[in-house]
Amino acid sequence: MHRYIPHTQEEINEMLKEIGVNSIEDLYVSVPKTIEDYNLENGKDEFSVKKELLSLNKKNKVFEPENIFAGAGIYFHYIPSVVETLANNQRFVTAYTPYQAEVSQGTLQALFEYQTMMCELTAMEVANSSMYDGATALAEAMLMAARINGKSKMLIASSINPEYLQTSKTYCTPQNIEIQKIKWTENGTLDVNDLKNKIDDNTSAVVVGYPNFFGIIEDLKSIKETLPENVIFIVVSEPISLSILEAPGKLGADIVVGEGQALGITPNFGGPGIGFFTTLQKFVRKMPGRIIGETKDIEGKKGYVMILQTREQHIRRAKATSNICSNHALMALINAIYMSAMGPKGLKKVAKMSYNASHYLAKKLEEKGYHLIFNGPFFNEFLFNAGENYYEKWKKMSENGILGPLPLGKSMPFFKNVALACCTEVNTKESIDNLLKHF
Amino acid sequence: MTIFEISKPNRIGFELPENNIEDFELNIPEHLIRKEQPNLPQVSELDIVRHYTNLAAKNYAVDVGFYPLGSCTMKYNPKINEKIANFEGFSMIHPFQPHETTQGALKLMFELKEMLCEITGMEDMTLIPSAGAHGELTGMLIARAYHLSKGDTKRTKAIVPDSAHGTNPASARMAGFEVIEIKSGPDGRVDLEELNKALDENVAVLMLTNPNTLGLFEKDILKISEMVHEKGALLYYDGANLNALLGRTRPGDMGFDIVHLNLHKTFSTPHGMGGPGSGPVGVKKHLAKFLPIPEVIKEDDKYKLNYNKPDSIGFIRSYYGNFSVLVKAYAYIKTMGNDGLKKVGQMAILNANYLRKKVEKIMDIAYPGFCMHEFVSTCEKFTKETGVKALDIAKRLLDYGVHAPTMYFPLIVHEDFMIEPTETESKDSLDKFAEILAKIFDEARENPDFVKNAPYNTPVKRLDDVLASRKPVFKFDFGK
Repeated sequence: MHRYIPHTQEEINEMLKEIGVNSIEDLYVSVPKTIEDYNLENGKDEFSVKKELLSLNKKNKVFEPENIFAGAGIYFHYIPSVVETLANNQRFVTAYTPYQAEVSQGTLQALFEYQTMMCELTAMEVANSSMYDGATALAEAMLMAARINGKSKMLIASSINPEYLQTSKTYCTPQNIEIQKIKWTENGTLDVNDLKNKIDDNTSAVVVGYPNFFGIIEDLKSIKETLPENVIFIVVSEPISLSILEAPGKLGADIVVGEGQALGITPNFGGPGIGFFTTLQKFVRKMPGRIIGETKDIEGKKGYVMILQTREQHIRRAKATSNICSNHALMALINAIYMSAMGPKGLKKVAKMSYNASHYLAKKLEEKGYHLIFNGPFFNEFLFNAGENYYEKWKKMSENGILGPLPLGKSMPFFKNVALACCTEVNTKESIDNLLKHF
Repeated sequence: MTIFEISKPNRIGFELPENNIEDFELNIPEHLIRKEQPNLPQVSELDIVRHYTNLAAKNYAVDVGFYPLGSCTMKYNPKINEKIANFEGFSMIHPFQPHETTQGALKLMFELKEMLCEITGMEDMTLIPSAGAHGELTGMLIARAYHLSKGDTKRTKAIVPDSAHGTNPASARMAGFEVIEIKSGPDGRVDLEELNKALDENVAVLMLTNPNTLGLFEKDILKISEMVHEKGALLYYDGANLNALLGRTRPGDMGFDIVHLNLHKTFSTPHGMGGPGSGPVGVKKHLAKFLPIPEVIKEDDKYKLNYNKPDSIGFIRSYYGNFSVLVKAYAYIKTMGNDGLKKVGQMAILNANYLRKKVEKIMDIAYPGFCMHEFVSTCEKFTKETGVKALDIAKRLLDYGVHAPTMYFPLIVHEDFMIEPTETESKDSLDKFAEILAKIFDEARENPDFVKNAPYNTPVKRLDDVLASRKPVFKFDFGK
């Protein structure tokens, strides 16, 4: 028959007999037959499929991680072997949403621990068990803010990841939620005066990146101080940076979201990563997504279940806080295993090494006469003026095995010949010196 | 025990290589420097290995046994697909590498899009949505954009049958529609009169799952399509149950304008404890310009990403979708091919009908007659007689080493199971399930309390959901 379909002809005959029909055709009551065949090849054995995909895979260039200086939301970090081995356990991979909690304690406890770790990193009170990515996490955070205070104007820093901004617009428009952009200063930080001018009675939330898309560390404290009490403060963060940056929860954030790919997930051409989503307990009933909580079984033994499900689509339908059902739970597991392996010290070291590498690169570029666009404090990414025809130069570098700082001019015309450089702990002094030869 | 309780100060699980770079002092304002380190675990590598291996052992999974969760299509997840998705050329590439260096990935996406168009009978497709519900939102935003592009601003309503998945009304509302729910007819299908009453010039779209969540084919689909289109509305196909139609018919042939798929259902990519999945959206030609940004295109044998789509609904997430899930679905379609995919639909239907025949002897079938890939059974009468609920039966099933079916859904049936065996289960495993189910009903008759307190053989006994939501504990308490 087929290696994934176990039926023998004999069994098929017995089954048809039990059902009381002569052929499978008889089961298709009033289902029109509109196709004889698909315009597809016939199936193949696994070795042929593997060969075909190996050849496709070879048409993609894999850069040595130390020669990669591109970030913009997707980062190359060292991933301990235990992450891949443990997350590939098929009892995780081939399970579904933990609808039957008693036989899903592995999933539930791992997600509960993940939530705890995200709360620790952000200093927030509640985390959900994942969203699709950073962009949709932000979009849903805005919808949540509007649910909390019933207002419909979002003020968002122009320095946010542009794809996050665009995604938020897509989500907000049908809800008649308006998005206004706030300027940046010459430091690359949010222009607090522009913010003050634009805040009004209809302002629902203020959104900033921490660090922002340009790598700049926003002063959350001073931004928070300008906000009226009922305006929701949404911070889009990068989890690795939070081991050296003060936690947003300590600086007045109401919702902290972001992309968690950096925590042990391979880049995967951009997906799947994971959206993390944290908030304060007082807002939890307005929160989207699945939440895992601790409880007891009938004998008093500790266990875990999905909680506050009355927020969710399968119960509340059109009135749910979100339509999200399948999430990125397996990626949350990867995040948790990675954070367990790194521990607080390892994670801090990753952050500091990334900080050092990017500051070394920035210093050397400046020595060569290149100018950084902003002079504000940055974490592991920064913008610099890369000179005429940088795009062509960048492509040339890729032929020499270097994925150089990303040229922004194509998608952001006002940043013509500006590049976004990124370093992490995988970049060595030698690889950076080698990159510098191209400048 | 949680990983936080295993943790010991200064224990480490990983070491980093040196990068020979000087140490820079933090040039960050003092109040933005972290003072207190997060309470992350401090554990050895073996601690981590044992912790997560022991957690995994507490999970039920497709690889462990029968998982007949209705509308979730818990079919076998081929191992070769996992291996391929982990090839470095797929997993270790950055989304913003030059196009010239990702031709393999773009080609894979382009071809997957074409293959899925062929399988669904649609004319264009986006692979970006991350899950079924994300696909629904995308599809509904396309419906919205379509009507608005014609200057038609009064189409504010979306019709959804009462048997629909909860995501349908939730997605419709997120796309800005008012949701009109219509009652199913006595045969469990769309009631044409109800539909006719609800259809007016303010309706933008009808969302349908076909076969529906009762496992029944909407036999009047061509008539429904005609009615919907006559009123200027669009017809949306929820692809949760596409498995049943493989090799027989295609949503595009039935008149659907927009289709979302669940690659983690029909196309065998694993469910991963709840995700990541992937929810591509296919459309007919007249809607192609509204598909989200970016699209993969082919020009002179080169593959590119096109961001220049002025009529598009815009970005629906970052980058290009859940690429590694796409790789797995691509490998699956290559493996099954035309001949294999045709068998999938047939065997899924054979299995469901065979199991229905077996279960019929134990429980009532909600809507008698042949079913498609799944069916709904109910023990409402039995519950009234014995006090034993479908929930109790479900919990007792866990004791016998099978996963319970979907329960209490669709909402129009009570004390019910929605059972979907999928094509990858053998006759033996279906026979065994029916045997176990019969045994449990016997137990419930003899000793209702025994079944009401199930399960007994699971890592924990029945858990208190009510307490969990009344006094929620969201995270581990470090005792601070």
